[in-house]
Amino acid sequence: MTIQEIQEEIVDEFSMFDDWMQRYEYMIELGKSLPLIQEKYKTEDNIIKGCQSKVWVHAEMKDNKVEFTADSDAIITKGIIAILIRTFSGQHPTDIIKADTNFIDEIGLKEHLSPTRANGLVSMIKQIKLYAVAYQTQLN
Amino acid sequence: MQKEMNMLDVLKIREDFPILKRKINGKPLVYFDNAATSQTPLAVIDAIVDYYSNYNSNIHRGVHTLSQEATDAYEMARKKVQEHFNAKHSYEIILTSGTTHSINIVATGFTNLLSKGDEIIVSALEHHSNIVPWQMLCERAGAVLKVIPMNLEGELVMDVYEQLLSDKTKLVFVNHISNALGTINPIEKIIHKAHKVGAAVLIDGAQSCPHIKPDLQALDVDFYVASAHKLCGPTGVGLLYGKEEWLNKLPPYQGGGEMIDQVTFEKTTYAGLPHKFEAGTPNICGGIAFGVALDYMNAIGFDTIAAYEKELLEYGTEKLLEIEGLKIYGTSKNKTSVISFNIGDIHPYDIGSIVDKLGVAVRTGHHCAQPIMDFYKIPGTVRASFSFYNTKEEIDILVEAVKKAKMMLS
Repeated sequence: MTIQEIQEEIVDEFSMFDDWMQRYEYMIELGKSLPLIQEKYKTEDNIIKGCQSKVWVHAEMKDNKVEFTADSDAIITKGIIAILIRTFSGQHPTDIIKADTNFIDEIGLKEHLSPTRANGLVSMIKQIKLYAVAYQTQLN
Repeated sequence: MQKEMNMLDVLKIREDFPILKRKINGKPLVYFDNAATSQTPLAVIDAIVDYYSNYNSNIHRGVHTLSQEATDAYEMARKKVQEHFNAKHSYEIILTSGTTHSINIVATGFTNLLSKGDEIIVSALEHHSNIVPWQMLCERAGAVLKVIPMNLEGELVMDVYEQLLSDKTKLVFVNHISNALGTINPIEKIIHKAHKVGAAVLIDGAQSCPHIKPDLQALDVDFYVASAHKLCGPTGVGLLYGKEEWLNKLPPYQGGGEMIDQVTFEKTTYAGLPHKFEAGTPNICGGIAFGVALDYMNAIGFDTIAAYEKELLEYGTEKLLEIEGLKIYGTSKNKTSVISFNIGDIHPYDIGSIVDKLGVAVRTGHHCAQPIMDFYKIPGTVRASFSFYNTKEEIDILVEAVKKAKMMLS
C-alpha cells in the first residue's frame, strides 16, 4: 500500500469512533501492540529528547525500503508512534520525504503533533524524514 | 471549617477572574497549574487597559503630563512592593522582568566579589533557574558549588547544611518553597546559620509569594526575588530585593539608558539605586499592574488565603490518596497547596493528556527540577497546584479525571 492509502485506512478506522475517549482508547491499544524497538537500539544516540516523554527511533534499509522501529516511555506517545510507523515503515525513501502528516488532524490527535507540545513526536517525524533523506542519497 | 470557607467567599472571588468561565474541550476549566502561573483578576486586567488607554508613555525623563503620570504610577507600584514585602527602602526594590532576571543580576554581580575556592551553597530542591546561574558563576569565579541534600519526604537535610557551612561559604541560595514538591523550607534557620559564617543569602520567593507574605526586614535576608505572575500580576515583571549595602557592592548588570549618571566617552558614572539595575525602558505597565495585583491579594488577606489553601491541600491529598496506587512526592508537614504525584508506572504525560481532555489543567514533567526527579528515579510527576480561587468541587473533578485516566491507561 502507498503511504496515502495507509493514511486513508487509518482515517477510516478512526471515523468509527464517536468521541475522544474511544479514539484515545484505540490509540492506547495501538501503543501496546507496537512491535518494540530491539533493546540494543534503545541507545542514547537513538533517543529523541522531548521535554517530557522519551522517544527512540531506529531505521534500517531493506530492499530499497526503510524499516522503522520505535518506542516511547509514554503510552499515548507510543500510540501515535504506532500510527506513524504503520504509515512510514516499509516505504521508499522518496515517498517518505514527500509525505505529509495532515491525516493526524483528521483523526483528532492534532494537539499531540503541535510543534510546541513537549513529547518528542515532532522531532521524531523530522528524524524519520532525515533517515529517508540519508537513505535516498545512498540510492542515488 | 464551613466558617473559613465563608470568610473567603470563593464564589464571589471567582467572579473576579474572567478566565475561570472558559470551557476546555466542552468542559468547565479546572485550573490547577497555579504554581506555573496564577490567573489574572479583573482589577489587574483593568489597570493594564487603563494604562494603555490613558497614560502610556515613557517614564523618568519626560516633562509632559503623561510621562509624569506614568512615572508616578510606576514609582507608586515600587512603593507598594516595598510595603508588601516590608523592605526598609523603596530603592532596595529593583523591578526586573522576573525571578530569573533577578537571580542573574545577583549571580553576575558576584563574579568579581568571589575568589578561587570560595563556596556557594544551593539546595537539592531548586528550580533550574536557581541552579544554572550559580553553576555559571562558579565557572567564572573558580568557586565551588555545594548542595544541601533532601530526604524522601522532600525536605532539606539541615544537619548536612550546617556541616557544609564554613568560612569559605560566601553565598547561600535556597527557594522558600519547592516548585516541584511544595515543601516550605526553614528559611529563617537557613539565613541565621549562613550569617553566622558571614555568608550572604538569597531567597527565591517565586513559589512562596502567592501563599506567604514575607517580612524581609525581620528575615534579615540579603536578597529576595519573586515574579508578579505568580501573584495574580502580569508576566514579564518581578522584583529583586537587596539590602542597600549589597546592592551598592554589586556592579550594574546591563548598560543602557536610565542606569547612568554621567556619560562621556572617557567614563560613565552610574545612577544610584534602584536605577543602576534598571537599564532601558522597563515594563512600565507590568510594574503598575504588579502593584494592583498586590492590592488585590492584600484586600483578601494572606492569612485568609493560607488558611483556605491549607483546607484545599488537605482535602485534595485525602481524595487523591483514595486512588489505588497513587503516590504523592513531597510529604513534608510543612508544605503549600501543591500535590505532585504518579500512579504506578503510568507516565505523567499520559495522565496530563487525558485530564486535559476533561478540562483539567495540571502540569506534568520534571517541573524544571530534574535533580529532584533523579532523586526519586522518576521521569516526572503530575502536579496539581491549588490557589485561593479554586474549590473543593474542582478537586472532585480532578480526582474523577485522574481515575478515568488511570482506568484508560492501566
